[in-house]
Order: sequence, then structure tokens, then C-alpha cells
Amino acid sequence: MSYYFAILGTQDNPLFEYEFGTSKQGGDGVARFAEQARHMNQFIVHSSLDIVEEVQWGTGQMYLKRIDRFYNNYVSCWITAGNVKFLLLHSPSQPSTTNPSRASTSIAANPESPATEEAIKAFFTEVYENWIKTIMSPFYQVNMEVKSPVFRSRVVAAGKKFL
Amino acid sequence: MVSYAQRRVTGIQDLEKRLNTQGHPIGLKLLDLLLYREPPRQQVRPLNIIAVLQFIHTTLWKHLFNRPADALEKSNDVEKPDEYMISDNEPLVNQYISVPREMNQLNCAAFVAGIVEGVCDGAGFPARVTAHSVGKGEEGELWPGKTVFLVKFQEEVVEREQYLGKN
Repeated sequence: MSYYFAILGTQDNPLFEYEFGTSKQGGDGVARFAEQARHMNQFIVHSSLDIVEEVQWGTGQMYLKRIDRFYNNYVSCWITAGNVKFLLLHSPSQPSTTNPSRASTSIAANPESPATEEAIKAFFTEVYENWIKTIMSPFYQVNMEVKSPVFRSRVVAAGKKFL
Repeated sequence: MVSYAQRRVTGIQDLEKRLNTQGHPIGLKLLDLLLYREPPRQQVRPLNIIAVLQFIHTTLWKHLFNRPADALEKSNDVEKPDEYMISDNEPLVNQYISVPREMNQLNCAAFVAGIVEGVCDGAGFPARVTAHSVGKGEEGELWPGKTVFLVKFQEEVVEREQYLGKN
């Protein structure tokens, strides 16, 4: 499973992005997007913003679950009180022919299972916590790009831990 | 802070506007922070005007001044459905500020109004918030420093509210 994670500000401007792969089931944490598909990720994520705007007024929850899919890419969303959106695009790797029975139960191969949903929620919760800590910096203004290496490393850690 | 804002201003309105601007980013941040500090079960984003105002009236005020605000009202005027009022009988920010006589129009709670505005904007309810003193300065009045924060939401907020209410 490969992931592309983006944080978008209130003006739908990107504040942070990060691409990684699964670390579960012996994954090495490297994203394996097909070379032609890789640059499409940003488009897919941004195109799901319309759906976010529809869903966001229906529920007060921050975790909006899986909101969109584009062929083999699934987009999950978390929205903060300040209207900042965390979007995670996950695309399952092609089913491996060597060991199909084992792969099908892992979260990596099954983007619609409740286990995946929970794992993504845990990931978002952790990122949200760190996000709050980061934007509480007195020098941070709304819709500013986040460049903090500490924040980035914590997102990386959260990705390793849960996905 | 007030004297910093007072430098190079042309009038009282300008000064209040500056105080307001100083409060705005604080509001934006407090919204996120306070919601994060709520118990997980209640961590819901405010979806309607009432929820936002309740949040300001209770959670925000408790954080800032250790007590909820004194009143939360909707404007009586039928033609102004977009106006709400939060009143505070004794704003903490005005307690140690003595306003000179020639500037008696000034209310330094404009700073707090800026915070409130920041919260509203951040939650997706763009609004203009202004502070007005309603105490008449008469002797023996119960609350001489009573301040009303007038929250005027923009049209699209009210429109959306009606639309969401229908579904």
C-alpha cells in the first residue's frame, strides 16, 4: 500500500505533503506509486475537496472517513475546527501473486475494511495532536506552510506506527 | 498593548480596529486549541450559529476569564436575523484601563471582540464583531462597565444556516 498525505488550508492551499509506503507486513515504508500515476495524486486529492465541503456540514465529527475513490485510489479525510483538511490518499499495491491469502487480510490490501478505517483514524489522531502543537507556535499564522522538521518527523513516525 | 496600538492612529475607530486586529489571530488559534482540549466525546466542530456562540459564550469565556459570559441573546430586530449579542457585565480587560474623558467612546474590549471574530472566522462563520459599552456611567448603576459584543454574521452564513435547517 502506498500513501500520499496532504494538509490543505482554508483557501484549499497545500500546507504540507508527504508520500510514504506501508511499514506493516514487512513493508519497507517506501511509496510505490506507478511513475505515470504519481503526479496525479495531487489532482485526485484536490478533486475530492468538493466532496469534503459537502460532507463537512453534515457531521460534527472531525474524522470524515473514506470520502472518495478514483479507480484504485481511496481518499480519507480529517477536518479540524479551523477548517484545515488532512487528506490521505491510499492506493493498495497490486495483489502479490506469491502469497495472496496472507495479503488479503492485511490492511494494506483491503482499503474498505473497518481495520483500515481504524488505522487511518489512529494516524489522523496522532497527526492532529502534533498539528495543534505546531500551529500553536506564536509565529505561525493561518494558512502558512508548515516546514518544521519536527512536525515532519512526527508524521513519519505516525505513518510507520499505524499504516 | 493599548498604547502600542494607539501610536499613529487617526481616531478612536482606527484604534478599536487595531485592537480588533490584534485579537483576531488569537481567536483562530484558541478555536483549535480549546476544541482539542475538550473531552474526546465532545470534540465536534460547531455546525450552526448557535453552536459557535455557545462555544464562545461558555468554553472560550471560561478559558479567558474563568467564567462564562453573562448573556447570549439574539437581536430583537426582525430585520436583522444575522445579529447576536454576547454581553459581559464586567469585562476583565477594561478593569484596569481608565479611558480619558475625551475618548469616552473607546472600549478596549475591542480586543476581545477581535478574539471572538477570530473564532467565528476560523469555524467557517465569517462575522464582524464589535464591542459597545452600554453602561451609562450614572451613579449607583449595577454594572457601569457592561459591554455588549455585537456579532454580525455575513449573509452567506445565514443563508447556509437556512439551507442546512431544511434538510
